[in-house]
Amino acid sequence: MSKKGVNIKIDELKTDVGFIKNLQLSFGKLVAETWTEPMGPTPFPSLTALREWDFKLLQRYKPFYLPYCDVCCLCTFGKCDLTGDKRGACGINMSAQQSRIVLLACCIGAATHIGHARHLLEHLIEKFGHNYPLDVGGLNIKVEAPVTRLVCGVKPETLGDLEEVLDYVETQVTHLLSVAHTGQEGSNLDFESKVLHAGMVDHVGMEVADIAQIAAYGFPKADPEAPLVDLGYGTINVEKPVILCIGHNVVPSIGIIDYMKDNGHDGEIEVCGLCCTAHDITRYYKRGKIIGPISWQLRFIRSGVPDVVVLDEQCVRADSFFEAQRIKAPVIVASEKNCMGLPNRTNDPADAIVEDLLNGKAPGALILDPEKVGEVAVKLALKVAPLRKKFKVIPEVDEVIQRAKECRQCNDCRRACPQDLHIPEAIKAAATGNLAKLADLYELCVGCGRCEHACPVGLTVHSFIVKAGEKKLKEETYKVRAGRGAIQDVEIRNVGSPIVLGEIPGVVAVVGCSNYPKGGQEVAEICTEFANRRFIVVTSGCSAMSAAMYKNEEGKTPYEYFTGEFTSGCLVNVGSCVSNSHIAGAAIKIANIFAKRNLRANYEEIADYILNRVGAVGVAWGAYSQKAASIASGFWRLGVPVIVGPHGIKYRRMLLGRADREEDWYVYDARTGEKVYVGPTPEHLFYTAETKEEAMVMIAKLCMRPNDTMKGRAIKLTHYIDLHKRLYGTMPEDIHLFVRTIADVPVTMKDEIVKILEEKGWKETVIPDPTLLPRLIRKKKE
Amino acid sequence: MAAEPWQTAEIPGPKKALVVTKPEVVAAMIKKAKHPILVVGHKAVETELDKKKLIDLMIELAKKAKIPVVATAHIISEFHKRKYKPAGFMPVVDIGNRLVDAEWSGIDGKGPHDLALFVGLPYYMEWTILSGLKHFAPNLKTITLDNVYHPHASWSFPNTSVKDWVENLRVIIEKFEEGGK
Ligand code: SF4
Ligand code: SF4
Ligand code: SF4
Repeated sequence: MSKKGVNIKIDELKTDVGFIKNLQLSFGKLVAETWTEPMGPTPFPSLTALREWDFKLLQRYKPFYLPYCDVCCLCTFGKCDLTGDKRGACGINMSAQQSRIVLLACCIGAATHIGHARHLLEHLIEKFGHNYPLDVGGLNIKVEAPVTRLVCGVKPETLGDLEEVLDYVETQVTHLLSVAHTGQEGSNLDFESKVLHAGMVDHVGMEVADIAQIAAYGFPKADPEAPLVDLGYGTINVEKPVILCIGHNVVPSIGIIDYMKDNGHDGEIEVCGLCCTAHDITRYYKRGKIIGPISWQLRFIRSGVPDVVVLDEQCVRADSFFEAQRIKAPVIVASEKNCMGLPNRTNDPADAIVEDLLNGKAPGALILDPEKVGEVAVKLALKVAPLRKKFKVIPEVDEVIQRAKECRQCNDCRRACPQDLHIPEAIKAAATGNLAKLADLYELCVGCGRCEHACPVGLTVHSFIVKAGEKKLKEETYKVRAGRGAIQDVEIRNVGSPIVLGEIPGVVAVVGCSNYPKGGQEVAEICTEFANRRFIVVTSGCSAMSAAMYKNEEGKTPYEYFTGEFTSGCLVNVGSCVSNSHIAGAAIKIANIFAKRNLRANYEEIADYILNRVGAVGVAWGAYSQKAASIASGFWRLGVPVIVGPHGIKYRRMLLGRADREEDWYVYDARTGEKVYVGPTPEHLFYTAETKEEAMVMIAKLCMRPNDTMKGRAIKLTHYIDLHKRLYGTMPEDIHLFVRTIADVPVTMKDEIVKILEEKGWKETVIPDPTLLPRLIRKKKE
Repeated sequence: MAAEPWQTAEIPGPKKALVVTKPEVVAAMIKKAKHPILVVGHKAVETELDKKKLIDLMIELAKKAKIPVVATAHIISEFHKRKYKPAGFMPVVDIGNRLVDAEWSGIDGKGPHDLALFVGLPYYMEWTILSGLKHFAPNLKTITLDNVYHPHASWSFPNTSVKDWVENLRVIIEKFEEGGK
C-alpha cells in the first residue's frame, strides 16, 4: 500500500459516514488479525477529534499567559503592539498570540522527533527490510506500542507498519503548523487544544523512533538490568583517539562503532557522545561513553580531548563546528538537518575525504551515508590523534590570571548570563590569583557561552570557569544505567494496583534538558529523595545523565544503589528523549493492562483514567527546548501534570488549577452519575517552580488523585506533609482539601490534622469512581 | 545606573515601566493604594544587605505600611523564624494567576488588590510574572522593589548599586515611620 493511498483513506475517514468499514480495509495491513480489540471512537484523530476532552482540561487548568514579548513580528502587517487588550493588524490578541507561539514551539518539537523517526525508519527499512519484526521486549511486552495503539488504533508488527503511523503524524503536524498562519485560528483555547494535539502526535513519533531502533539495533529490550555504563569526562582514556558524537540520531554513531569493530579497532578508539546520541550509543555498545548533557558541549570540545567531532541532529550547538575548528579537530556532519555549510562529500571515496580532512584542506565534510561516516571517522581519528596532541583552547591558570586583569568590571557578562552568575566578582578575585570563586561557578554554569560574547574585552569567561573547575571536570566518573526502553507488562501488572489505589505514592518522571537553575545536582537530589521515599522514579535524556552525576558516601551513583526495575523505590533510565514515549506508554499500560480499559483508539477514556487515577508527575527541571515543550504537552493531554524549573516560565504560559474555586473540582461518580467534589487533585497541569524545595513539595502534592483509596491517600498525604514540614518548615495550609474521610488522615498525625480540619470547617465527602466523561457513567441498577 | 533591563536581551516592549527616581514616590503610592500586596521571592533570603537580609527589610516595610505579604517558594519558615506571619504563602505562578482574576477576593479575603509589589524573585521569573500582570490585569498597578530595572512593572527602580538600593528601601520604610498609614 502506498503512503499516498493511506492519506486518501484518512480523508475519507473524516467525511464518509461508512468510514469504519473503509478504515478496516485501508489499514488492513496494519490491523493484525490477532488484535481482536474493538476499534475505539477516535482512530487517527483529526485536529478537532479530541477537542472536547481538551476543553475539559482547559476549563479546569486555565492558561495563565506570561508574554515573553509584547509585540508580534510574524508577518509584514506588523510588528504589532499587543500590549493589554490591543489586537494586531490581523486581529489577533495577546492570549491567542501567546498560545500560537506555544503551538509553534510544540510543532517544532513534534516535527523534530517525527523527522528523526522518519529518517531513522527509512534507514532501518533499507537495511533490515519492511518485514523486520518489532520485538521490543520479547514475551515480556505484549503491548509493544501503547501510544500508537491508543492514538492510531493500529497494532504495528513490523518496521514497515510504522510507515503508515508516521504518515499520519506528519500530516497532523502539517495541519497544526498551518493553524499558526496569520489569519487562521483566533481563539486562544483552540490554539491550546491544538498544542495538546501536537504533543500527542509527538509521543507517537517518539515511540516510532524508539521502538524501531530498539528492535533493529538490539538495544536493551525492556531490561530492568540494562548494563551500567560510564559517564563523565574522567571516564575517557585520553591516550586513545577520541571520536565525539553530538546529537540525537544514533545512526552515524552506529556506523562508527560497526566499522571500528569490523576492522579490528575495537578498544583502540574511544567513542563517546553528548546529549541523547550518547544514551543510544551506550544502548548499542557497552564500551561507549557518555560525556554529559548539552551543557557540556563547549567545555568538552574546548578541553581538546575529541580528535574527531561527528554531528548529527538536534541539540547540537550551532557553533560546535567553529569550536571544533579552534581545537583543530575535523568535523563530520551527518544529517540533512544540520549541514553546517559544509560541502557534500557523500559520494567521494572515504580515503579521499580522510586525506582532505587530515591535511587541513577541508575543516569538515557533510557525509549523508552513515556507513561512510563510520569509515571516515575511524580512519581519521587514528591518523589525526597523534598530530593533534589534544590541542586545547582552555587557557592555563597563568593566562587566566593575566587576562582577568583586563576586566573592566562592567557587568556585561553577568547581565548576559541566564543564570545571573556573579562573574565579575569571580574575575576580580582571579586577577589576584584566586580562582576559587570562578571554580564555584563551574557547577552553576549551563555552558551557554553568552558571557563571552558579551565581554567587551573578549575574555573567554566560560573557558576561565572550566579551567578553574578543571579538577571537578576531570573527576567526573559516574555510572548510569543504559536506557532500558519500555516497561514490561508484568512490571505494570505488579505496580498497577498499588499505584492506582495510591499505595505507591507516585510515579515521578524526571526528564528533559539541562538549563537547571542551580546546577545538575538538584536533579540528582530530586531523584534520590523520591526513590528513597519509595516512589517510582523514571528518567530520560539529559536529566538521566545529571541524575548520575552525584555519588553517595560509598562512592556510588544513584543508578548503582536504586533498582532499575519499574517498582517502588527505583531509578529507571528509559533512554534518550524519544524514549519518553515509554513513560507515557507505562501510564497508558496501567489503564490497559492493569485496569483492562480498551486501548484501541480510545484516547479520552484512557486519559480520563490517568488523570483521575494514576499518580504520575513529569518534572523537567531544566526544560528549555521546543521538544521539551511538545513532550510536556503530550503528557498534559494524557492527564499527567508537568513541573518545570524556573527557566520554564519562559515557555510563556502555564496551565494552572485554582484550588480556591470549589466549582472546578467536581467529577462524575461513574457508579451513580452524581457530581462529587474531589479537591484539587491534581492541582495543576503545567507549573513552574521557583526552587527545588518548592518543586519537591509540589511533586508529592500533584501525585494525589481522586481515586486514591483511604490508605493510599494517607500515604500520599504523609509524604506531602513530611516534605512540606521539612522544606517549608511548616504544615501545608490546604490539607483539608485533600482529606475526604477521616480514614484519609495519616495515623501518626491524626491529632494535629483533625484539629486543622475542625478549624477549617471541613466536611466529610465520598470517594467516587471518578470520571470527567458522562458517557462512562454506568446506569443505576434500579 | 541606567533604566535598562538587567538582563541585556530582555528588550522592553512599547509600554515599559516608569522609572522611580525618588523612593518617596513608592511610599506615596503604597499609601494611596486601597489594598496593596507584597510578594517576596526566595532570593530575599539569599540577598545580604547592609548586614541584614532583604527579607528583614521587607518585614519591616510590611509591618509599618501594613501590607499583606505573600511568601513564594519555600521561604515561609524564614518569616516565621523572624516572628512574622505573612498573609499567605504560595507559588509565585499561583499568586500571579490569582492577581489576573479581577474577582479574586485577595490574599486576606478583603477584596481585590489594586497594587502589587514584587521583590526577590529570580530576575526572569519576576519579569515574566510582571508581564502577565501588565497584559492581563488591567486594574492592577505593579511596583518592583528590586534594584534592577523591570520593564514590565508599572514602576521600577533603575539598575542600582546595593548601597543605593538599601538607602532607597530605608527611605520608603521611614516614610511610614513618619506618618504611617
Ligand atoms: S501576525 Fe498579526 S499580530 Fe503578528 S505581526 Fe502580523 S498582523 Fe501583527
Ligand atoms: S557560559 Fe555559564 S557563566 Fe557564561 S553566560 Fe552561560 S551560564 Fe553564564
Ligand atoms: S564582561 Fe568582561 S570586562 Fe565586563 S565584567 Fe565581565 S569579564 Fe569583566
